[in-house]
Amino acid sequence: MANNAMNAWSKKLRQIYGVYTGVFVLFVVSLWIGESLGLSQKYIGYAFLFGTIGVYAAIGVLSRTSVVAEYYVAGRKVPAVFNGMATASDWMSAASFIGMAGALYLQGYDGLAFIMGWTGGYVLLAVMVAPYLRKFGQFTIPDFLEERYGGKLPRMIGILSALIVSFAYLVAQITGVGIITSRFVGIPFEAGVFLGLSGILVCSFLGGMRAVTWTQVAQYIILIVAYMIPVVAISYKQTGVPIPQLMYGQALQVIETKQKALVNDIKEIEVRQEWKKKADELSAKIKGLPESWQKGKGELEDKLKNTQTGDPERAKIEKALKDYPKTADEAKEKWTAAMKEAQAMSKPPKSYVAPPSDTKGIVNFLALTFCLMVGTAGLPHVLMRFYTTPTVREARSSAAWALFFIFLLYFTAPAYAAFARSEVLTNIVGQAFTALPAWVSKWAAVGLISIKDMNGDGIIQFSEIIIRADAVVLATPEIAGLPYVVAGLIAAGGLAAALSTADGLLITMSNAISHDLYYKIINPNISPSTRVKIGKALLLVLAAIGAYVASFKLAIIVELVAWAFSLAAATFFPAVVLGIWDKRMNKAGAVSGMIVGLLVTAYYIIGSRFYGVEWFGIKTIASGIFGFPANIVVALIISRITPAPSKELQEFVDSIRYPKGAIKGGVEE
Amino acid sequence: MVTKEIIESYWRENKALMYLIMLIWFTVSYVAAVFASALNNISIIGFPLGYYMGAQGSIVTFVVLNYYYSMKMNQLDQKYGLQED
Repeated sequence: MANNAMNAWSKKLRQIYGVYTGVFVLFVVSLWIGESLGLSQKYIGYAFLFGTIGVYAAIGVLSRTSVVAEYYVAGRKVPAVFNGMATASDWMSAASFIGMAGALYLQGYDGLAFIMGWTGGYVLLAVMVAPYLRKFGQFTIPDFLEERYGGKLPRMIGILSALIVSFAYLVAQITGVGIITSRFVGIPFEAGVFLGLSGILVCSFLGGMRAVTWTQVAQYIILIVAYMIPVVAISYKQTGVPIPQLMYGQALQVIETKQKALVNDIKEIEVRQEWKKKADELSAKIKGLPESWQKGKGELEDKLKNTQTGDPERAKIEKALKDYPKTADEAKEKWTAAMKEAQAMSKPPKSYVAPPSDTKGIVNFLALTFCLMVGTAGLPHVLMRFYTTPTVREARSSAAWALFFIFLLYFTAPAYAAFARSEVLTNIVGQAFTALPAWVSKWAAVGLISIKDMNGDGIIQFSEIIIRADAVVLATPEIAGLPYVVAGLIAAGGLAAALSTADGLLITMSNAISHDLYYKIINPNISPSTRVKIGKALLLVLAAIGAYVASFKLAIIVELVAWAFSLAAATFFPAVVLGIWDKRMNKAGAVSGMIVGLLVTAYYIIGSRFYGVEWFGIKTIASGIFGFPANIVVALIISRITPAPSKELQEFVDSIRYPKGAIKGGVEE
Repeated sequence: MVTKEIIESYWRENKALMYLIMLIWFTVSYVAAVFASALNNISIIGFPLGYYMGAQGSIVTFVVLNYYYSMKMNQLDQKYGLQED
């Protein structure tokens, strides 16, 4: 597109999204007025759910297309700022929106690995990858691998890695959609998943990358507005200044002072001893498996037999029996988790702002940060977004904008955590159990907060409160005393975060199969319209498989996501970066590097999670720390002992290194 | 006409810029994390510096680095006449 046309187009987009933001604010304000006039919480929840999904669907319908370049890369006419927003919401998942502040609350300094890891990757992306991918100017990452290294094998490995990495991530997003909708609107988990998926599909199905892009921009606006309001309010409440990012230093000081006082508090020590006892009991039960599992089950069944029908106790026992581990293996898993929690609670609180004090802790912190950074710069659904800008220049600036929009949320997350923690330490610890604030009772009822008088003194001790990660963001509106509308807004924001990521992942996987596998390898003779049709059909199939797997609510989901980063770090990132920066890199080197990276990482993931493998004390979520260097070393060695890439390939590398002559955006391909 | 010399010279400058940015990137995140304990003794706008670097200092730097890189590369394109037509 010519410059003038591009400017006019950007201006039009700014107008559209400006109006959209205004309408959204009006929508929230009118619900707020409705609430004060007596509109029930249930209808507010419905309004947010159907209102936002309706908007996404409408964007999907308006952006419907069957043109190949539009379907795969949004016509390459997404201006830098908008591609930045779309990348930001593509990138930020339910875990960033709801879980991250909670992880910071629970882990203190250690949690900062997520903050640095998930932003620092964008520097790698901007400097080493994004502009060159745009200059290359095809549709997918496997496209790049084949073009750069030659032959179908690099493409095949690329397809396989893209599917593994994206699918693990997709299941986590679908689960997030189900939890958010079911919690806020009170519909069953499965119905929530179905509803959310239909929102996703209307979008990607009709308009591919084009619809996904413009929806993601809309979703970014909702999620960032939703994230800011509660934390600004609580900052104002606790410090008198509505700028949380500057003010939570005060909250950190409160936390440090109060926690220090708790270390030698007699009542706290009492509670910690109770936890120690509990941990020891569980440890004995785990040692006694499988007999202890049989015994516990038998006891519950006997109790049930000896209780009269109609006795209120009976329902309790029935529930306990229903929740009881189904097998001895399940018991081992559950009891070990409970034992670890009890052990953690039996220790005095450690400083919230201090880094890990032992070498193993520091090494794991650095390793995790590294895996998250490199993994971020290697996730195919993020890399793909940089094909959609009109020019190389815009791709560079779009990487900067993407990081800026992500930064707005990540800069704020630690404030959520600090304010919540200082609130708990100030207004809950030391209160009587009879005087629990309403928000605690509410979230305790759904199991996000558990609070029990362990030493029987009627007063709440810090060690008696267990808060799940999700509770921090969800409960902040109530801690700050905001109306229910804000809680609904948070739900809409979390849903936007989960849906936008799921959209990006689905389209990446569908492209990997329809474009990379079917069109490029199996049947290159199909017409462009058939290609798009196959892509659309695959979206439905993949979404259905994802929803099916999500319906099992596997306990391993959080780890799956972390592993996806390690796998991306150990496969895609080295292959793409070496392809651009090392002219001598050849097919043999890149392919063997990717295979070794994938195998080493998979070996350590499975070994450390299930079979007690441990190298240098590294935890399973930082598995990529071994696969990544293995990939690079193998790739460099093998490429040096095999013939150099052909002259054409070397010229190809030269050609992607500078912007001149890039495919122009916004023209029919 | 894009000659081999132009590309090589352009690429050398690009590489130097990349190394500079990676050095800063590494310092504000990994080096700062290793020394976080000592840095925590210093206080900046009410935050202990070690924690501050992880929570804000590093990521603000990342954002600035990306804008800086984008600006410098556009200048470099102009200098060598390698910008898009």
